[in-house]
Amino acid sequence: MKVVLRNLTKKFPSRDKKNKADVVAVNNFDFEIPDGKLIGLLGPSGCGKSTTLNLISGLEKPTEGRVFFGEDDVTNLPPEHRGIGLVFQNYALYPHLTVRQNILFPLENLKGKDKLSREEMLEKAMEAAKLVQIHELMERKPRELSGGQQQRVAIARALVKRPRVLLLDEPLSNLDARLRLQTREEIKRIQKETGITTIFVTHDQEEAMSISDMIVVMREGMVQQIGRPQEVYDNPANLFVAKFLGTPPVNVFEARVEQGQLILGEETVLEVKGPADGPVYAGVRPEGFLLRRDGAFCCALSGVEVMGRDISVVASSKASLSPAIRAIIGSENLAEIPADAGQVRFALKPDKVFLFDRETEERIAFDVSARSGL
Amino acid sequence: MNRTETKKHHTARSTEADYSKAERSVRTRRTAAGAVTYFFLALWALIVLFPFYWMILTSVKSYGAYNSEYIPKFFTLSPTLQNYIDAFTAVPLGRYFVNTILFTVLTTAAMMVVITLAAFAFARLDFKGRNAAFLLFLSLMMIPNELVIITNFVTITNLGMRNTFQGLILPSITSVFYIYLLKENFEQVPDSLYRAAKVDGTSDMKYLLKVLVPISKPTLITVTILKVIECWNSYVWPRLITDDEAYYLVSNGIQEIRENGFGRENIPAMMAAVVVISLPLILLFLIFHKKIMAGVSRGGIKG
Amino acid sequence: MTRFNRLKGWLYLLPAILFLGFFMVYPLIDVFVYSFEEGYNSASQTYFGTGTYNYSYVLHDPYFLQALKNTFLLVIITVPLSTGIALLISVGLNSIKPLKNLLQTVYFLPYVTNTLAVGLVFMILFKKTAYSDGLVNLLIQWFGGDSVDFIDGPYWAKLFVLCFYTIWVVMPFKILILTGALASVNPDYYKAARVDGTSKFRTFMRITLPMISPMIFYLVITGFIGAFKAYSDAVALFGTDLNAAGMNTIVGYVYDMLYGDSGGYPSYASAAAIILFAIVLTITCINLLISKKNVHY
Repeated sequence: MKVVLRNLTKKFPSRDKKNKADVVAVNNFDFEIPDGKLIGLLGPSGCGKSTTLNLISGLEKPTEGRVFFGEDDVTNLPPEHRGIGLVFQNYALYPHLTVRQNILFPLENLKGKDKLSREEMLEKAMEAAKLVQIHELMERKPRELSGGQQQRVAIARALVKRPRVLLLDEPLSNLDARLRLQTREEIKRIQKETGITTIFVTHDQEEAMSISDMIVVMREGMVQQIGRPQEVYDNPANLFVAKFLGTPPVNVFEARVEQGQLILGEETVLEVKGPADGPVYAGVRPEGFLLRRDGAFCCALSGVEVMGRDISVVASSKASLSPAIRAIIGSENLAEIPADAGQVRFALKPDKVFLFDRETEERIAFDVSARSGL
Repeated sequence: MNRTETKKHHTARSTEADYSKAERSVRTRRTAAGAVTYFFLALWALIVLFPFYWMILTSVKSYGAYNSEYIPKFFTLSPTLQNYIDAFTAVPLGRYFVNTILFTVLTTAAMMVVITLAAFAFARLDFKGRNAAFLLFLSLMMIPNELVIITNFVTITNLGMRNTFQGLILPSITSVFYIYLLKENFEQVPDSLYRAAKVDGTSDMKYLLKVLVPISKPTLITVTILKVIECWNSYVWPRLITDDEAYYLVSNGIQEIRENGFGRENIPAMMAAVVVISLPLILLFLIFHKKIMAGVSRGGIKG
Repeated sequence: MTRFNRLKGWLYLLPAILFLGFFMVYPLIDVFVYSFEEGYNSASQTYFGTGTYNYSYVLHDPYFLQALKNTFLLVIITVPLSTGIALLISVGLNSIKPLKNLLQTVYFLPYVTNTLAVGLVFMILFKKTAYSDGLVNLLIQWFGGDSVDFIDGPYWAKLFVLCFYTIWVVMPFKILILTGALASVNPDYYKAARVDGTSKFRTFMRITLPMISPMIFYLVITGFIGAFKAYSDAVALFGTDLNAAGMNTIVGYVYDMLYGDSGGYPSYASAAAIILFAIVLTITCINLLISKKNVHY
């Protein structure tokens, strides 16, 4: 089932007594979520991603705009008639019911012609439990389960009615780091197996990038960019998206374009065809630096951190917005760094360099065909 | 699973009309439920408030008017304050009032001192037998007043303290529950404050008065208010220990008025006395209702 | 210095220990002693012998049996009713937004009023005199019933007023506790139930009730204890001579024995108080056992 948001806006009355203006949690969202995909709504806290989820689930009503499931306008439909499954950040498992009773709960609500016999219900509950691999814990109470197991029960409960859309609110934030890796693979697998359009909310870009078919990056109620994770990473629409995606984060410099050349500080580092002359922000991904004795970009070397497969070169430059520049280099290049070095020289990979307008922070395109600097 | 799935899809594809119908029925049901809820809530509010209305109404009806109403009227067009004058002149309501204020202030003040000291000892001081003593204190919480009041009555009688303020006040000066409440509160003040005070050479007493008491002021105020309410309404002990009108508190006073004052039938004057007696606590409640309700929900039980 | 420090804690505790020892611990022991001293005379402080005569006297005293019956009826009627109504009101309160705080404050009002004073108002509302049938009887007549004197009339009528007033008095505390309990249920549970299409009734029975069951049991237990100790409500309605009105309670019997018309029998009073305590203890234990089985966490 595809989900379509049309000019969706949600305003809340201001709680601030001095500033009476409404808070716009979701500002004119207009996009389509394709059928059968796993979509991540990504943004820092307060960006409106949970509100978006609540608007899709029907727990909140939009101020303006419409929500469609497929061709159906569900904007005014209460949540119970939308056919959704919802997994809460804290799982919201009923503490006094066993795992089996928790999973059965939604089925027992079916009335009239949808009503199931006890056997059918038990069968469906078992099916859902097997899907998330908790069928051996059916008689336990939620408090007797680990966080990861509780998470699975919550997913089973949301899936047991075969929802048209599955919504997950920060599904991994209550788990420890090791479980997180495991669980996100699990979510991916379950989504693939059921083929249910799944939308999840997260503030963790790594999490969103690793499992989503598509991510929606949001900031302060505005959609910043929508696309496949790699696409968004490789082609950020603006400085915010570039900074928000990727660890270590993108290095940002105050730079200038002069006659088709990018100038960082005093050095001309890259040929950039297209942009008009003037000041810009230049963002360079950590993997966009190449260690070269004759590299165009020279900076003061602060240290080298060995991380196994890669090494991270920490340097500094007056042009950089942050005190430290981080470059990720294959460890075979360790030898390239002179032992007595007080400084280090880099060449830049043009496809890992982004230019942004100083005012709007929007991306400025340039021609990367020229193989300058290499 | 497939069967429901097709059904779901069927519903999903059905027309706009179906959706708006579902939406409308949900909305109608919600409005109806809301109306019923408000009706019953208003009904209970009426039951709660009506006695207050009735007592004020009756208190401003004149004696003659009240007694001539075979069918009681819900309002009066000629309110009078004569009943309030009678309440203070025909019976010693003023004295009951002064007694009760005296009793309430003295009892509450003495209790606050005793329980603050005890709570501080339990919360902050380190001494041998502290935990055992605290356990003993806690177990005393379970002892009902009815069980100990008999001996207390005999004791106070034997000490010749019937019809005295000492006799009224002494047995109600400690409350294990409030010691417990205060101790919990004192313990929430970080240790580091106490250590810092010790390093500066502050004595324990000074720390208690200058640091702990100001920090715990909200709880102390709550406990004070609860104790004041308790004192103002206390009936059983004063009834046992006083039979001289000069020492009656308002509760006993009102009972005395009912049985012997005004002549049994002067209901309006009686109601004026009831209004006067109820007023102080109602005013206190209107000012501090948030504090009082929060305090009671933390463990106050009436009686 | 160290010795002083060790003593200092006890010094701070001293006032509390003195008061508690004198007015709680000693009386607690003494009441048992009294209850076994036969023929105790409070004037001369002498007694004939020891034994269980006091208990047998109390248990055969028709006034005590009447008080026992009244108290049991009061408990059985008011505890479930008041808890049930309080639950309904709290659920109602929790489901509304406008006026919620105002109503909550209004509902709490009876808690801070003087039981004796407001009892008088109830008395005149229910009483039938030569001059007037009273407001409640007027209402009954409007609806076509026969007027009844609720204060000096038939037993069931008096019991009804007593129960009604008791419920009026205990309601604020129960509503306060239950609204607090209801408000503390994580709203995510309700959202989850809503998304699953759970009906209001089922949500209440399967989610709300189990979640607040500890508080309900707390209220039932304290309600039982409180109702067994009923006294001043009855005095407020029927006057101090409760035996004559036939509306005495166990606690009322204890006080009447101690002082008042019967003139001072601390031994009988002690025996009655201990019987009351035994009843309350037994019922509380039964309550706790039941709640252990039914409260889910």
